[in-house]
Amino acid sequence: MTTLSHLILAGAVTALATVANANEGDPERGAQLAAQGDGSGAPCLACHGADGSGNNAAGFPRLAGLDATYLARQMLAYNNGERVSPVMQPNIDNFDAQQIQDLAAYYAAMPVPATTTSTSVSEEVLALGEKLANQGDWDNYIPPCSSCHGPGNRGVGETFPAIAGQHPNYIRSQLNAWKSNQRNNDPNQLMTAVAERLSEEQINAVAAYLGSQSATAE
Amino acid sequence: MKLKYTISLLAGLMVASQLALAEPEVPVNLPEFKEGRYVHSAPTVEDLMNDDSIHPELKKVILKGRDMFMNTQQLRGKYVFNDMNCKSCHMGEGRMNWSAPVWPAATTLPDFRGKNQHVNSLEERIAGCFSFSMNGKPPEYGSDDMLAMVAYHKWLAKDAPMYEKNIAGRGFSHLGREKPELDFERGKSVYMENCAVCHGNNGQGQRKDGQVVFPPLWGDGSYNWGAGMTRIFTAASFIKNNMPLGKPGSLTDEEAWQVANFINSQERPQDPRYTGDVKETREKFLNFHKHTNYGTVVNGKLLGDHDNTGDKPFLKPDALRPRTFE
Repeated sequence: MTTLSHLILAGAVTALATVANANEGDPERGAQLAAQGDGSGAPCLACHGADGSGNNAAGFPRLAGLDATYLARQMLAYNNGERVSPVMQPNIDNFDAQQIQDLAAYYAAMPVPATTTSTSVSEEVLALGEKLANQGDWDNYIPPCSSCHGPGNRGVGETFPAIAGQHPNYIRSQLNAWKSNQRNNDPNQLMTAVAERLSEEQINAVAAYLGSQSATAE
Repeated sequence: MKLKYTISLLAGLMVASQLALAEPEVPVNLPEFKEGRYVHSAPTVEDLMNDDSIHPELKKVILKGRDMFMNTQQLRGKYVFNDMNCKSCHMGEGRMNWSAPVWPAATTLPDFRGKNQHVNSLEERIAGCFSFSMNGKPPEYGSDDMLAMVAYHKWLAKDAPMYEKNIAGRGFSHLGREKPELDFERGKSVYMENCAVCHGNNGQGQRKDGQVVFPPLWGDGSYNWGAGMTRIFTAASFIKNNMPLGKPGSLTDEEAWQVANFINSQERPQDPRYTGDVKETREKFLNFHKHTNYGTVVNGKLLGDHDNTGDKPFLKPDALRPRTFE
């Protein structure tokens, strides 16, 4: 396991170094790539939509309007094994660092679509989700989401993505991915720490609440 | 590519088998309580709302105090002149053990306080936070705003014994008198590895939509040279048991000491007790400043040797005054 982690880590370091060498992303080239795919799998827009809005039922995240650096890091993380997804990996593993930058620039520049997802959960569930998102559950050492994801959980900088207006099924799958070690690309394990303390009930509630929120400031 | 995919799957399986042990990857490592100490369970907002014995008007005032505590930036330019909130240091709504829970101030004061060498009331203690940590001007003694803050503190102390000083989880848990040899560069590397992702490479913090998300750790937006957090042991203890967020106890004691020294070797707004001469001020308040780098030379620079009060248009709030009872 140790050797494997080191391999993965080495891969991550190499990938990051590569990205630093890549030129700035070109959204027009990114648009072409999103429509063509990486040559061996489905094109991005097949799942994430032509407007980058994703799909809640299938658990495909909204990409439109997310931070470019954040997006590029996620694609690199799939390619180096820090994020494990049998759906995503085969579809982007042939993209090189420059192409990843281009795709990231394309999706970051897209206008944020109205992705607010109303799920059929009770008021109590939404209230629990709201509490976790904005006040946390400190008795179980769970800080509020907003302490890193910012006002309205609309994201902060290149590290903390917007989670308001993200699809509940995607949020749920990611929190579980952190818990089960299928996602390991959070700096300093900041997200792992919180995710592994969340109960299933809390995950469902916070996912439903965040999905019901607007991704853009009013 | 197929090979990589197989490795990922394999990694997943291996990890899954580790999970069976149910050991958290990031444990909450906080100090144990010493035996015989009073352990308090501070009430929650839900407790407040459900408590029919509390008059609705009092609930309103307690909630106002809580709102001031959680979002102190709403008082920017009135009482607060930096980027801090009360909850920046008193995490978990001021209720949490080892995060300087605020309710003990309500049960242990009035008492003599070394920092200002006289007997302090609860209001005066709160005024101290506003004057130093918030680089500001406290609400007037006896004002509605001060009463709301006091009400929040006293309600959090509900059912705690008055004048009990043997309190579990108070403060940040002192890291001890023995500190390692402090080294600026060593502290810097701990900072860059563990803190910069949120607080920035230059300690500037991060804002979003005009709101502070991660508070600045030095510079005009941070606590001033008179704040308790400028003491290396206070910052080290806070960091050890509260930072990085969600990972208390993850740094070694040595790392906490070094990074606390690094952060507190940076410039920040002037101590409100400044006499006009930093070395004189250090000497005058040496019982406090013997724990800080204020008025000492770090990297060839005399720290605190300036008239900069940050965004605050004055040096010393009127509320900071001695008492003699004569």
